[in-house]
Amino acid sequence: MDRPPVARLEGVSLRYGAVAALDGIDLSLPAGGMVGLIGPDGVGKSSLLALVSGARQIQSGRIEVLGGDIGQRHFRASVQPRIAYMPQGLGKNLYPTLSVFENVDFFGRLFGQNRAERAQRIDELLASTGLAPFRDRPAAKLSGGMKQKLGLCCALIHDPDLLILDEPTTGVDPLSRRQFWELIDRIRTRRPGMSVLVATAYMEEADRFDWLVAMDDGKVIGTGTPAELRAQTGQATLDGAFIQLLPEDKRRAHQELVIPPWVDRSPGYAIEAEGLTQRFGDFVAVDGVSFQIDEGEIFGFLGSNGCGKTTTMKMLTGLLPPTSGEARLFGKAVDARDLETRKQVGYMSQAFSLYGELTVAANLDLHARLFHLPDARRGPRIAELMQRFGLDEYADQAAADLPLGIRQRLSLAVAVVHEPKLLILDEPTSGVDPVARDEFWELLVELSRQHGVTIFISTHFMNEAERCDRISLMHAGKVLASDTPAALCAARGEKTLEAAFIGYLEEASGAREATEGEAKAANTVAAAGRERRGIGSAFSLRRLLGYAYREALELRRDMIRLGFALLGSVIMTFVLGFGMSFDVENLRFAVLDRDQTPESRDYIANIAGSRYFVQRPPLLDEADLDRRMKSGEVSLAIEIPADYGRDLRRGRAPEIGVLVDGAMPYRGETMRGYIEGMHREYVQRLLREQAGQPAAQPFSIVSRYRYNQDFKSVYAMVPAVIPLLMLLIPAILMALGVVREKELGSITNLYVTPVTRLEFLVGKQLPYIAVCMVSYFLMMLEAVLVFGVPVKGSFLAMTLGALLYVTATTGLGLLMSTFTKTQIAALFGTAIVTMLPTIQFSGLTTPVESLQGAGYWVGQFYPATYFILICRGAFTKGLGFAELWPSLLALAAFIPVLTLASVALLKKQEK
Amino acid sequence: MERFSWTNIFRLGLKELRSLAADKVLLGLIVWAFSGAIYEAATGVSQELHNAPVAIVDEDASPLSSRLAGALYPPYFKPPELIRLDQVDAAMNSNRYAFVLVIPPHFQRDLSAGRQPEMQLNIDATLISQAFIGANYISQIVSGEVSEYLTGRRDAATSPIRLTTRARFNPNLTGLWFGGVMEAINNVTMLTIILVGAAFIREREHGTIEHLLVMPLTPFEIMMAKIWANGLAVLLGVAFALLVMVQRVLQVPIAGSVPLFLAAAACYLFSAASIGIFLGTIARSMPQLGLLIIIVIVPLQLLSGGVTPQESMPEAIRHIMAATPTTYFVRLAQGILYRGAGLEVVWRDLLAMTGVGAAFFTIALVRFRKAVTQTQL
Repeated sequence: MDRPPVARLEGVSLRYGAVAALDGIDLSLPAGGMVGLIGPDGVGKSSLLALVSGARQIQSGRIEVLGGDIGQRHFRASVQPRIAYMPQGLGKNLYPTLSVFENVDFFGRLFGQNRAERAQRIDELLASTGLAPFRDRPAAKLSGGMKQKLGLCCALIHDPDLLILDEPTTGVDPLSRRQFWELIDRIRTRRPGMSVLVATAYMEEADRFDWLVAMDDGKVIGTGTPAELRAQTGQATLDGAFIQLLPEDKRRAHQELVIPPWVDRSPGYAIEAEGLTQRFGDFVAVDGVSFQIDEGEIFGFLGSNGCGKTTTMKMLTGLLPPTSGEARLFGKAVDARDLETRKQVGYMSQAFSLYGELTVAANLDLHARLFHLPDARRGPRIAELMQRFGLDEYADQAAADLPLGIRQRLSLAVAVVHEPKLLILDEPTSGVDPVARDEFWELLVELSRQHGVTIFISTHFMNEAERCDRISLMHAGKVLASDTPAALCAARGEKTLEAAFIGYLEEASGAREATEGEAKAANTVAAAGRERRGIGSAFSLRRLLGYAYREALELRRDMIRLGFALLGSVIMTFVLGFGMSFDVENLRFAVLDRDQTPESRDYIANIAGSRYFVQRPPLLDEADLDRRMKSGEVSLAIEIPADYGRDLRRGRAPEIGVLVDGAMPYRGETMRGYIEGMHREYVQRLLREQAGQPAAQPFSIVSRYRYNQDFKSVYAMVPAVIPLLMLLIPAILMALGVVREKELGSITNLYVTPVTRLEFLVGKQLPYIAVCMVSYFLMMLEAVLVFGVPVKGSFLAMTLGALLYVTATTGLGLLMSTFTKTQIAALFGTAIVTMLPTIQFSGLTTPVESLQGAGYWVGQFYPATYFILICRGAFTKGLGFAELWPSLLALAAFIPVLTLASVALLKKQEK
Repeated sequence: MERFSWTNIFRLGLKELRSLAADKVLLGLIVWAFSGAIYEAATGVSQELHNAPVAIVDEDASPLSSRLAGALYPPYFKPPELIRLDQVDAAMNSNRYAFVLVIPPHFQRDLSAGRQPEMQLNIDATLISQAFIGANYISQIVSGEVSEYLTGRRDAATSPIRLTTRARFNPNLTGLWFGGVMEAINNVTMLTIILVGAAFIREREHGTIEHLLVMPLTPFEIMMAKIWANGLAVLLGVAFALLVMVQRVLQVPIAGSVPLFLAAAACYLFSAASIGIFLGTIARSMPQLGLLIIIVIVPLQLLSGGVTPQESMPEAIRHIMAATPTTYFVRLAQGILYRGAGLEVVWRDLLAMTGVGAAFFTIALVRFRKAVTQTQL
């Protein structure tokens, strides 16, 4: 090949904390062919691919891709439209609730394609990958193989010159795997110039690549064509060649695994399943599955992804009660509540389900303790497992930081820590390299043959299936065939189990015809590369709307969240509008009347007659007063001295004592105001009665309660509750927007597509602004119709204010989302940052001018402050644009500040 | 009830604490919630009258009217500004003043002549918490000034009955005393529900709960472990808030027994954590949980008596709030901390609060298995 290399790496190193993932890599990858990266897990393959794709930031060294420095931001922006990257993990960069069509369509938008172009391309791609019949199926409901095909469609939508695939077939069944590579081949015939860069753990796949890079421990240990590598090492297989390339100390004495024949020594069955059926709604996940597994047998469970293997295993463990049928373990019906049976079972689920934040040693220790291993036994057992599983060197690392293969090893170690009699292993070796897989099987064989442990295992690897005593082939919830591997091969007349399996699968699914159909469709695809228009541009409305459209679709699919957002605000307005009242009423008071004369009773009657006070039984003595005030039963105590009546008649001005509960200062203050006012009135009346004429008041003050003549809380609270809800709900809706993509992996699409940070952020924000405006109108209706609070001023001004406000409040959530790492932290941070200022510092209860210190300044720079002013102004004060423009302007000012802060904090590359 | 083992609960709880310790951002937020946030809330907010912006329209321009202007001063009022009568509407519309006192022409002359002149006090009634109190203050201050002008004495004619009002538990009605403690209570509610609810959803999303259920562990043990571990973290936080922030930094006296309060807080934590798990069994994903939590926490904070008094709420709302532990906790916390109430006074609230918590715990326990397995598909 005389073309310039597609990628050239010089002295590239990458560290995660103290761990070196890549160590001074110098490499030149030839263009126009299939280049494979091979090696066990955790050697740096994924890191290398992420660096080449531009998804991850370069720490040291230099990487040239397609003739330019990928470390340069401008070059990266211009070259990204020519690269496609499919990260590791099934459907990692897809959107599970979106349909097949919508997923591909979204990627088309990101690359600036117009509707007609997208429609044409999607039709072609779906036809050629055989996904056309599943066009409207949500990505989450696709099988693993189909997810990977969909990922490939998304990657190919923009005709890339460089296609980067990170372990695209890991965890995919053999039929889908074969179809996937056939698809790649067809695409390459169509676009011969395209370079493909693949990482894989399957050596038999690597054999068909043009050029290979063998890696170990962050270093390149060999390059060349598969034939060259075999020749260099003098090995017949690539597997063997790879082992030979390993450094001396690592080249363990690798020997062929020998499995002693299994002899059924025990009469009983370990597992019996009879007509197990599981339905989820209309969907039958497992359909009448029956089998019997002898004690000590290794029983393999094979099938394509989503065929019901995992569901069957969950029913056996008791996690999922079957819809019908029965499962028995060691002759006892499976019962979720039976702890004794569970002690005999070790389970390893498909997804990594250990505690990522705990270290390897801590995970083992925790499980040993949870299974109540005696103290004396625990230490040696953990040490033994660490040694056997090669975990010693990782003992103090957090499990989440481990490479996939090591994590699987740890999971198995945890599953056997209590020496169970039955092991249920759900794809335990998925993503584990060949050497480690063999070691893993050595252990399984030992457990089965020497300790009589029954092993029920599901796998995709045919060489593993061949090692099982018996296997079941499963498809679409049903068992297709069940026998020893040799008997199954014989039954189909095939030499290998893989061929036999594919035969069964094709027979069951009629897949052969489909494959042929695909091939035809692929040939009709126009080969000419289309012109790329404006995809490297600094701003594209189409990309922005692409993100907005996708976010809107996701939101629409999540009816619960949408319902909470809309109904939640309506219900909360109702509850808070009625409930939050500053009317101080129904105050409980009691009297300690030491006088008991008509005069004292008259004084008390005056207070008891008020609508603010409710009289409680009289106080008996000081102690009673003390106790009842402490308990809060009485908020106000009046003490009338002995001889009050007599003193009053004689003009000796007796003194009445009033005790106010000051625990809640505002309430105490108001009570004091009430009681003093009532006292003054009473005295006036007394004087009037005595003198027979009104006492001469020197002057009077007329109070005009403006904007709210009746001085009712509801008129003040409803216009304040709406801004409160329009801050808290949009902020929390938005708060998970970015961080969820970070946790689930789809953030990669920001890293490797031409979409800019601004387009990404604003695009995500738009649908939420729309939802919040709908909820605004609902709350307005509620305020007017339910609460009878009329809008006296300009509704238009208030609505403009609402639009600016929700843009700012969703922006606030987005800002929290950009700098937090986990969803919990984002949720938590948003709640802490928004609750206190909204409730206390924005004028909801106390005017901002009356705040002090930090509270005052927070209030000044908080959007809710201004929208509360606008709402109260428009609702109760009858104001319009003329008076509200300063607040509107203030709200508008928040938007660019928040958006720019989010853009600044969001990374366009992974660090 | 299934059988359970204390050691399992203890072990799983230790694991929770380790997970918590590993999330530095989360820890930082917890520390902030019980230190900075308490200080900010206590010193920032005062529901009593403070720095109220006030203006005077002085159409009299007499010595008395200028004396009145001088009588309104900080900390209750900002120094009053003089404006013209035709400016009143616009100024109040733009929220420049909460109160505008209009002194009519010839006020002093009419007063001296016994013609009983009339002043007008314009009050911005949208400032609901201050309107009444402020109007009351201004009336009193003006009356005092006028009677001093007329008679040389502040208290008007000798009253036939004297009245002395004293505020108990907080003699000067300082808002500082109230804000700090209430913020601590609010943060306990918020932190506990979010911590436990989110930890539960995270374990569901990652499949680790499912893993635990396959081991010889019961949902009861798993839930109890979550509650004690997260509860302990929050309890330490609230103890710090009370002993260091409230008592030392803010210098607020605590009337009652701190150990009693902390014991009550522990019961409350159980109840709040149970609500957290309950919400975790309802929501199917973190975004759903986030919304659900906000919808639950906001009414808990605003309607439990910590912001506005419960007795002025409509009957129906009070009944709803009686089904939440927060109402009882706010009441008994106010009782213990401000009024020095002892166990003999608060035991009913304590019992009711724990009972409500136990009810939520039981519902969550019943829903537990179903919630965990329904994550599939």
